[in-house]
Order: sequence, then structure tokens, then C-alpha cells
Amino acid sequence: METQTLIYIFVALSFSLYIGIAIWSRAGSTKEFYVAGGGVNPVVNGMATAADWMSAASFISMAGILAFAGYDGSVYLMGWTGGFVMLALLLAPYLRKFGQFTVPDFIGTRYYSKTARVVAVICLIFISFTYIAGQMRGVGIVFSRFLDVEITMGVIIGMGIVFIYAVLGGMKGITYTQVAQYCVLIFAYMVPAFFLSFMITGTPIPQLGLGSGVADGSGMSVLQKLDTVLVDLGFTAYTDGSKSMIDVFCITLALMVGTAGLPHVIVRFFTVPKASDARKSAGWALLFIALLYTTAPAVGAFGMLNFVEKVDDTAYSEVDEFFPLWESNGLLAFQDKNGDGVMQYRPGNAFEGKPEYTGESGQSGERLLSNTPNAESANEVYVDHDIMVLANPEIANLPGWVVALMAAGGLAAALSTAAGLLLVISSSVSHDLLKSTFAPNISSKAELLAARIAATAAIIVAGYLGIYPPGWVAQVVAFAFGLAASSLFPAIFMGIFFKSMNKEGAIAGMVSGLVFTFSYILYFKLLDPAANTAENWLFGISPEGIGVIGMLINFGIAIAVASVTKSTPLEIRKLVDSIRVPRGAGDAHVH
Amino acid sequence: MDDDTPTEQTSEAENSYWQENIRLLVSLMAIWFACSFGAGILFRDFLDQFMIGGYPLGFWFAQQGSIYIFIALIFFYVVRMKQIERKYDLDD
Repeated sequence: METQTLIYIFVALSFSLYIGIAIWSRAGSTKEFYVAGGGVNPVVNGMATAADWMSAASFISMAGILAFAGYDGSVYLMGWTGGFVMLALLLAPYLRKFGQFTVPDFIGTRYYSKTARVVAVICLIFISFTYIAGQMRGVGIVFSRFLDVEITMGVIIGMGIVFIYAVLGGMKGITYTQVAQYCVLIFAYMVPAFFLSFMITGTPIPQLGLGSGVADGSGMSVLQKLDTVLVDLGFTAYTDGSKSMIDVFCITLALMVGTAGLPHVIVRFFTVPKASDARKSAGWALLFIALLYTTAPAVGAFGMLNFVEKVDDTAYSEVDEFFPLWESNGLLAFQDKNGDGVMQYRPGNAFEGKPEYTGESGQSGERLLSNTPNAESANEVYVDHDIMVLANPEIANLPGWVVALMAAGGLAAALSTAAGLLLVISSSVSHDLLKSTFAPNISSKAELLAARIAATAAIIVAGYLGIYPPGWVAQVVAFAFGLAASSLFPAIFMGIFFKSMNKEGAIAGMVSGLVFTFSYILYFKLLDPAANTAENWLFGISPEGIGVIGMLINFGIAIAVASVTKSTPLEIRKLVDSIRVPRGAGDAHVH
Repeated sequence: MDDDTPTEQTSEAENSYWQENIRLLVSLMAIWFACSFGAGILFRDFLDQFMIGGYPLGFWFAQQGSIYIFIALIFFYVVRMKQIERKYDLDD
């Protein structure tokens, strides 16, 4: 069967599965809408959390980022997994014991303040929208690359699917579709990785393959070979980084703390029956995530090795067919600067910006570009890092159904994360802003309707951001983690571990951490991007890692303010005592 | 600054339970820090002179090892906390 037909069949099958699950698991009450009724098995929830967590970026881009960043890419691997240790040990069981529906619920109740709740809602909405725009874009990109559908049409189809199961099913619908989506995405990721590892090293397990010898008789391991090959071409060695140690340290920590503070991840732990299940569930979530995260460095390294061998010093007229194929998608390009018809892959950008084809062909048959060549670099090859995952099946000559599986997997990753984010946005509007702050007298039926309307509105905004991505979207992913690390995490952590942290301290801490981190990222990423170099950074910390300083400011200000203001009321101390002990968790309840 | 004084209705068992939990948390978070920030970042250059299964050791901690240790830490905490909770009769 044609690969294209297979792709349509796989995508259609996976979509009908998600819709089927949505119809079967419709939410009938606010409790089902917000926390899936609070009775989800911890292993099932772990799987749903893994799908929720792993976004289009994890699936499509991470291996490529690792391939081009080498050791520096470790910040993502450790940062996005280490946060689950903090969640399991420091936050999840206590928040589950607290037993309400949203993150602002905890902050508002623990700090006995509507202001604190509203500050938390603002942080949450900002974090979640930054994140979701990228997901909708991811859906559009997968559609356009695999299904020959315009990005706009792709985003609209994606919106329709998410609408059906998020708006109808709420958390309950999302949980069970995420389980299905996890299975699709992990299978789609592992199959080509096994093939690739076997092809390059003779070992099918990618995690072992990365350390094994290359099956070319050279006696070198994959990493040694990659180091040698890249250094010969003038790149930094793969196992050596170019970021400063303090920056690597801070980015890793900011990503970890940010992960632990992301509302759409935290809220997943409200759906399990008991406090001890929240711990267990975080363990399972990390195990399911680690399957992909420990495979990604191998996929990246194999892909890089393969790519350099097949492309560098190869005449364009003799290159494998994957090159022209992905050239037509704008992921690869060749600008023959020295006119020898042979591709030289070297450090630096081959030309400025993304490829813009003139529509004509050059002397070797390559697509000509109108971009201004970069005279400072001998590099002639443009390569988008997504190629390391998207083109793997073709580079490794895998059958058509593997390509089809990749398409379904990429969509599953993007849709599952988008749905989780939509849910926290809608519940913070209907539950925290309406029910708990501005319209306390609405019935639960009206609250449920409000949640559905808010979810619909959020889908439309997200879709709009996906179709017309503002230029800043790619620039501000740092915001989501930095803001979560500097605002929500310290407030929740101190709420559990510092009984004497009062409302004045918590609000002052959240606001100062937020304002500091926000301004720093805004300045370097948007207002004066030219100044975004190590010499200008505070302590040499890049905007990606600045959340750590924001977090320290939050802790410092909060503790200082709390020590000079009125101490925590007795009933709040009793509340903290009760959340520290697992017994009596019971159901998530309406308060 | 934290006056973690128990409120009048917290029992002896609850206090000892919390103390034991904090001790466990501190030691597990120390391991969490040592394997990622320690071995994977601060002492990576030193560790890279050793090899493990074809990986330089520091690089292995940064891209593989720390993740495996994270998983082990969480499951160890799950098991150990259950024991502590049973000991004080506070499990859920």
C-alpha cells in the first residue's frame, strides 16, 4: 500500500479511537470534569501524565536538539525528568491530601486570600497559553508534513478533535484519551529507534546502542566516533558542551522546578484516589516518560552520525533520496557556495534565515535559494533539527507503516498536551475566577457549563495562536518554566513545609519572583535581543535559567515579609497539619 | 524562621511521622542533587575520564544515569513512606 494511504488510515484510526473514548467517558459532574471523579488508578494516571507532559516538542524536536547541542542538551533531559522527583517527594501527595480541584484552589485556601488565588490564576493562564500555542502549531506542522494538508486546515482539524474530547469529557475524557495517546506515541517513537540502533550498532536497544561499538569495523563506540567526526569538521566534540557551567546548572534547575510547578502536570495528581497513590503515580509517570527521554539521546546521536556520513562531502547528484524529499519541505537545503556540486557541512549558518527557494534548480539539481549566503562560514547545508526524528524512517529505509505511525505519534503527543493545558485554563476560569471569587452563588450545573464555555473559548484562542503564531512564541517557552519556577512552585512548597508562611509573605514572594523573571526574559528575548549574550547576563545566567534567581527572590522576600507581618491563623496551621498526614484523604470534594 | 510548633491537636505520632519524613526527604533530595547537578554537571569533567558501557561517565550521568536514579528514588520513597505510615498508623 502507498505510504500516503497508510498515513491517512493510521491517523483516521487513532482519531476515531480518541473520539470513541470521549463518548464513552463523558463528564457528568464538576468533579468528573475537573479531576475525573478522583478515582483514577495510579498507573493509568502515570501513563496519562506522561502523555500530558510529552508535547509535540518532546516527540518531534528533542532528539534533534540533542543531536545538535550534544552535551548541552543534557539540561533538557535532566531538567524535564528531575522535576518529577520534586513533584513526588515535595508536592503531589500533600496537594492530593488537600483534595480540591485546582492549583489556585490550594494557594487561595492555604493563604486565606482571594488576592493570592487571583495572582495564582494569572500565573497559570500565562504559563498555559505560552505552552499551548506551540502545541497547536505542532498539530498543524504534523498535518502539513505528513498529510499534505495546509497548516491552517491542520490546526482546525486538531481543534475539532480536542474540542470533542476536552469539552465533552473534561478531565475524565482527557485522562483516558491520554492513555491511548501515550501508547500510540511511545510505540511510534520506539520502533524507528530500535531499527536505527540495530542498523548502526547491531544492538536493538537504543540506550545500550549509544555506548556500543559502531558496526563498521572501526572499533570505536558511537560517541567516540561522533566526537571524532564532528571535531574533524570543526565542531565542538559531541560529549563536550559550549555553555558555561553556571548556565547549565541554572537552566537545569529552572526546568526541574518549573516542571514541578506546571499546573497542568500538578492537576493530574488530583485525580488519583489517595495521597499515597499520588506518589506512586509520579513514579509511574517518570518511568513512562523515561522510556522516551532515555531513547532520545540515542536517536539524536545515531541521526547525527548518519546525517554527517550521508551528506557531508557527498555530491548533491549522488545523495540519498531523503535529501531532495525533505528539501521540498524546507527542512534541508543546500547552497553551493563554492560551486563544486559537493555538500560541505561545517559549523555556522550556511545562510541567513530559513530557506527561501527561488523555484529554479542549480547545476547539480538542488533547489536554488534567494537567501544571502553567510560569507563567514564554509557551511553549505541548512538543516532543521526536527529532521532527526521526522526523516529517520526514510534515512533508515523503514517500511511505509513506520512513517504512518510517526504521523499518528506526533499528533498524539501534540493533542494530549494541548488538551491537558486547555483543561487547567478552563477550570481556573470557571472554578477559581467564577465559583470561588466573583460568582460564589452559581450552581454546579452552571459551573460545569461555564467550564465548557471556557474550554471552548480557550480552544479558539489556542487555535488562533497556532494559525497566526506571533513571532514571539518560539522565543518565550522560557517564560512557561521560568514563571512556574519563580511564582507557583515556591508558594506551594512553602504552603506545605513552612507553617508560618502567611498570606502577606506568599503574595509578596509570588509577585516579586514573577515580576523579576518576567522582566528579565522580556528584556533579553523581546525588547533587546541583540544584548542577549553572556557578557550582559546577570551572573552569566541566560533567560532560560533565570527562573532560579526568580525563585530565590520569591523565597527571600516571602520569608522576610512573613517574619514582620501577622502570623498564620490557627485554622490554617491545622489545615497544614492535616495535609501532612496521608490518613483521611478520601475524595476530592466540593468545598 | 519557621516555628514548626505543633498545633494542640497534632498527636505525638503525627510529629514523629513528620520528622521521619523530613529526614528521608533530605537524604533522597541529596542523592537527587548529587547524581544530576553533581555527577552530571559540576564533576562531569573529572568523571568523563572513566567509561561506563562505552559512555564517558559524566556524560552518562547527564543523559542516562540521572534519569534512572530519579525513577529509583521515587519508588524507594513510595515503599519507605508506606512503611513509616504503617509504623505510626497514619496510612491512607
